[in-house]
Amino acid sequence: MKFLVRRFLHSVFLLMGVSLLSFSLLQLTPGSFFDEMQLNPQISRATVSRLRAEYGMDRPMLQRYVCWLESAARGDWGLSFAYNAPVAPLIWARARNTLLLTGLALPLAWIIALPIGVLSAGERYRWIDRGGNLVASVLLVTPELLLALGLLWLALRTRWFPAGGMASVVPIKHGAAAHIKDLVQHLFAPVTVLVLGSLPVLLRHIRSAMVDALQTPYIKAARSHGIPYLRILFRHALLAASSPLLSLAGLSLASLLSVSLLVEVIMNWPGLGPLLLEAILARDVYVVVGAVMLSGLFLVCATAVSDVLLFIADPRIRTEDLA
Amino acid sequence: MRLLSKKSLLLMSLVAIHVPILFSGLFAPYDVAEQNRDFSFVPPSRIHFTDAHRTLHLRPSVCSLENSGFGQYHENRDRCFPIHFLIMGSPYLLFGVFKSNLHLFGVEAPAKIFLMGTDLYGRDVFSRFLYGGQLSLLTGILATALSLGFGVLFGTLAGYYGGWPDAVIMRIAELFLALPWLYLLFAVRAFLPLNLNAAAAFCLLVSVIGIVGWARPARLVRGIALSSRERHYVLAARLFGGSDSYLIRRHVLPDAYAVIITQAVLLIPQYVLAEVTLSFLGLGVGEPTPSWGNMLSTLQQYQVLVSYWWLAIPGAVLVPVFCSYLLLASELQPRRTAIDA
Repeated sequence: MKFLVRRFLHSVFLLMGVSLLSFSLLQLTPGSFFDEMQLNPQISRATVSRLRAEYGMDRPMLQRYVCWLESAARGDWGLSFAYNAPVAPLIWARARNTLLLTGLALPLAWIIALPIGVLSAGERYRWIDRGGNLVASVLLVTPELLLALGLLWLALRTRWFPAGGMASVVPIKHGAAAHIKDLVQHLFAPVTVLVLGSLPVLLRHIRSAMVDALQTPYIKAARSHGIPYLRILFRHALLAASSPLLSLAGLSLASLLSVSLLVEVIMNWPGLGPLLLEAILARDVYVVVGAVMLSGLFLVCATAVSDVLLFIADPRIRTEDLA
Repeated sequence: MRLLSKKSLLLMSLVAIHVPILFSGLFAPYDVAEQNRDFSFVPPSRIHFTDAHRTLHLRPSVCSLENSGFGQYHENRDRCFPIHFLIMGSPYLLFGVFKSNLHLFGVEAPAKIFLMGTDLYGRDVFSRFLYGGQLSLLTGILATALSLGFGVLFGTLAGYYGGWPDAVIMRIAELFLALPWLYLLFAVRAFLPLNLNAAAAFCLLVSVIGIVGWARPARLVRGIALSSRERHYVLAARLFGGSDSYLIRRHVLPDAYAVIITQAVLLIPQYVLAEVTLSFLGLGVGEPTPSWGNMLSTLQQYQVLVSYWWLAIPGAVLVPVFCSYLLLASELQPRRTAIDA
């Protein structure tokens, strides 16, 4: 338990640090949301400065940070200037869609990568290894930007699947099944880009972890006992290789979130990406801080989950904890 | 013995990619801002080796285009103009310093040569691609230098001195690694000015991308410094009275040298992509200055994406660029084991 408690405290400190970092960056910001209003002759100087005071933009940074912490503790996460509403519900509505994308892409990528990676470590330099390596290399040098644009092009040309967006107009009377079918169709393109984008890294790590595990004496012993090779690969070696892979699982969410940001903007997916971009362009700073904090929170949660799994899977960590 | 090792082959391909971009004024037939409003979205020019009577010529030629309306163009095979090499054209500054008007190739007016077609304003995509490459690749290289500089500096300090500098630096590095990369990049970009002229935007991009990425190289260098200061010859040198700066310069940094080079080769494509991404989303260098990112951003319009494939060339070129860099990086990486080679 000590291991888990330590990890938890560490992540709380990390999040506090991230918020401090973003507020010290905030200090540097030139201009604010209200600058554009000053250009409008119909809005008087007094109104603009009253608005600034109302949103607390005239107070010193430290005071604003404390205010923001209070509001974060309340569950508001600050106030959005553009929407004139608390940030948290605003972000949460979008983050759900981002989570839908990444939450689908993460297991899918692992389901595809695991068997290929394990088999290519087991059958080194055979066709599956070479083929997997070739695919991984091609995907590695193709930026996700191009993949997304390419899929969009395909969608527009062939109309096999919808190009962008999250929903098309489906009359309510068609029922839930029609809506789900529509959603799945819209999910296809962005999820494909995310899966293809994360495959090469996963494949390489799985392969190298498995190669390490296969060279251990106990695997050789298991082979000499005559256990079927596939069983050795998936039952024995994969379990032995699991601890670096479990920490990779947490980390792979980080790259997925990054790519998802870009893919959402290109494919008009109503997730965090478009919201963050709009907020940056409009100088809606608390939305930016909120979105960045949320991404940090996601990562911390993902690492925590992978830590717990590691704790369950790897007896070495558990015994270390008892000592 | 092989005539060319894989490493030198890769280096040569990198040079082949970078030289035309470095000398973009020479290789580009037109100025980046030169507009031909009558020729918007012209497909890449066809280069002919035969004339209208089907006789073969050694000198290639392009035929003059006629705008037949509704975005359609047709070639007039009766009015073909030879391509001349090393001709005088519009003036430009080579490396931003030397005045010149020599171009590698070009055709006489009224014909125009558009190797990669034109964009909405009838600007030559090939010329813009070369100049844009200058900006994108230079951003990648300078940002890499910056983040490696910071990374090596802080990594060595942390690893060599240990104790509280180590703790402080590594905690800060953790903060930078705690966020997904693009979110961090966006966050830093969000708090900096939005509307900038090209030069300021370029400097901003370099510093943002460079500073955001310092943590990973710092970690790597710290690990090496940590182990190398315990080596016996370093201890011996210290006993002989070697100062800290001497030890770092002569013993610790040379140990990290291979890792730094590999990191540089890995980081450059990643940072080029960062520039492309930021400019693509309108957070980098803006029009009319070309960069690969903002050239691609027109593809966000569906009808452009579907109809004008040649505008995607700056994106497609990223693939060979990344390929050479990443292959070079894997060549440079020390082999883990002989069996796994």
